[in-house]
Amino acid sequence: MDAELKRAILLDHYDKPHNHGLYEDIRYKGLNTASDSCIDDLTVQCLFEGDIVKDVRFDGVGCTISTASTSIISDLIKGKKKEEALHIIEEYYKMIREEDYDEDLLEEANAFDTLSKQANRIKCGLIGVKAMEKLIRESLDEH
Amino acid sequence: MFDVMKIRQDFPMFKNNPGLIYFDSAATAFKPQPVIDAVTDFYTRHTVNTHVGDYDLSHYVSGLFEETRETLRRFLNARDAHEIVFTNGATSALNLAAYGWGAKHLKEGDVILLTEAEHASNVLPWFKVTEMTGAKVEYIPLENDGTLTVENFRKAMHEKVKLVSVASVTNVLGYVVPVKEIAKIAHEYGAVVVVDGAQSVPHVKIDVQDLDCDFLAFSAHKMCAPGGSGVLYGKKELLEDTDPLMVGGGSNARFDLCGNLKLKDVPWKFEAGTPNSEGVLGMKAAAEYLMDIGMEEIEEYTKELNAYFVEKMQQLDNVILYNPKATAGIVTFNVKGIFAQDTASYLNTQHIAVRSGNHCAKLLLNVIGTSETVRASLYFYNTKEEIDQFVEVIKGTTIEKCIGVIL
Ligand SMILES: Cc1ncc(COP(=O)(O)O)c(C=O)c1O
Repeated sequence: MDAELKRAILLDHYDKPHNHGLYEDIRYKGLNTASDSCIDDLTVQCLFEGDIVKDVRFDGVGCTISTASTSIISDLIKGKKKEEALHIIEEYYKMIREEDYDEDLLEEANAFDTLSKQANRIKCGLIGVKAMEKLIRESLDEH
Repeated sequence: MFDVMKIRQDFPMFKNNPGLIYFDSAATAFKPQPVIDAVTDFYTRHTVNTHVGDYDLSHYVSGLFEETRETLRRFLNARDAHEIVFTNGATSALNLAAYGWGAKHLKEGDVILLTEAEHASNVLPWFKVTEMTGAKVEYIPLENDGTLTVENFRKAMHEKVKLVSVASVTNVLGYVVPVKEIAKIAHEYGAVVVVDGAQSVPHVKIDVQDLDCDFLAFSAHKMCAPGGSGVLYGKKELLEDTDPLMVGGGSNARFDLCGNLKLKDVPWKFEAGTPNSEGVLGMKAAAEYLMDIGMEEIEEYTKELNAYFVEKMQQLDNVILYNPKATAGIVTFNVKGIFAQDTASYLNTQHIAVRSGNHCAKLLLNVIGTSETVRASLYFYNTKEEIDQFVEVIKGTTIEKCIGVIL
C-alpha cells in the first residue's frame, strides 16, 4: 500500500475512530487493556449473538496507532462469525510478524504492513486487537 | 569556569552516540569516565569482597567502600558518615524508611502526609504501611499549577500527622518544594520528615543539616553513578530506631541457635548480603566528580538551561507547557492535538530521547488535567544548542509526521 494512502487511512481512523464509545448494556462483554508497557488505556467491548460477533465498541486514551488499529480491526470483524473474526486477527498478526498473509482479507489494516519496522510501536498496534481476540476466545470457551 | 563542552568530553556516551540528543536524564544519567574507571578498576584490579579483612586486597576495597560514606557525608553535609546507608536506589531507600521506620512506629489513627505529585516509589510503600498499621494517608493540596506552598502544607498539617514524605523536586513537574520550611513546621508537631531526593540531589546543592530532614532517599544512578546505586540518609538516632528491610550475612553481630540475634550498628545492620561494591565505588567517584565541578555551578547552569528552554518553548504556538515555573531541568509538555507517545516516538526518529507517559506519578493527573505528557529532562552536560535543535523539531512536529514513523 502506498505511504500516502496509509497515512490518510490512519489519520482518518485516529480523528474519527469507528465503533467508538462504550455502551452500558450488560449483553456486551468488556475488557480493559491498561498495560504496563505503554500508556494506552483502552476498553474494548464485544456483543456476541450465537456464533456471530454482532458488535464491537471501544474507548479510552490511546496513541494514533492503538486507536487506528483498534478502529480498523473492529470494522473488519464486526458482523463476522467468530471463527472468521479470529482468522482475520490471525492474518493481522502474521502481517505484523512479517510472515505471508492474506492481504485481501485485511483491507484497510494493510496500512500497518510496515509497523513491524518500528519495534517499539508494535505493541500499540496489538493492544486493542488482542483484547478483541481474548473476548472472542472467552466467548467460545463459555459454550 | 563551567565549560560544558569540556564536561561532555568526560562522557563516552556522547562520543559513541553522535547526534543523539539525550533529554531523559531524570530517568538515569550518563556516566563520566572517572565513574567508569572506578567500576573498571574494581573489576580489573581489586575484585574481592569487602569486610573480609583476611587479605590485603579486601582490606583495600573495604577502605574505599567505607570512605564512600565519608564522601557522601560531605556531599550532603551530613553530621556523621554513619548516617549514610547504601541502597540500590531511591525506591529501596524509601521502602526502607517506610517498612523500617514507618511500619515500626506508626499505629492506627496516625496520618502519613504526602502530595499528589509523588512518584509511585514515594506512595506505594506508604500504602503498604497503612495496611500494616491502620494509619492512613492524606494529601497536601497542590495549587492549580501543581506547586506546593508552605501555606497549603501548614493547613494540611495537624496533630495526628506523624510522618510527612515529599519529593524535594517532583519528577513530572520539576518544581522545587520548600522542604526546609515544611520540615520546620512538621517538627513543631513532632512529625518525622522523609524527603524523596531522586530528582533534587543530582541537580541542587543539598545540605541535610540545613534542611533538617529526618530521612533523605535518592538514586545515585541519576547523578552519574552506576546503575543500582543509591542512598538512604537518616539522622543517626532515627536510623538506630529503624528496622532493617532484610537481615542476613553482614548485618548481624552475633546470633545463636535459640534465635537470639544481635544486629550490627548503624549503618551496617541495614546492609545484609554481599554489597554492590562496584556500584558503591562508582558512587564515590560520581560524588567526587560532581563536587569537583561544584553543585552550585551545576544548579546555576541547570537553571539557566531550564529558563532558556522554557522561553523557547513558550514561543511555539503548537505546544502546551505544563510547568513554566520549573527550575530543576524538567520540561513537561504536549504538542497540541498529538498524543504524548506519538510525539516521543517521532522525536526518536529525530535522534531525540525523551519520556512520554504519566511518569509514575499517577495521582497528579487530577491536578494538571491531562493524563499523558512528554517529559524532556536536562542535566549539566546538555547545551543550549541541543535545546535549539529540539525546539526546531518540536516546531515542525505534526500528526502526519508522527504517523509517518510507521510508514
Ligand atoms: C521522584 C522520584 N522518586 C523515586 C524514584 C525512583 O528511583 P529508582 O527507580 O532509582 O529507585 C524516581 C525515579 O524515577 C523519581 O523520579
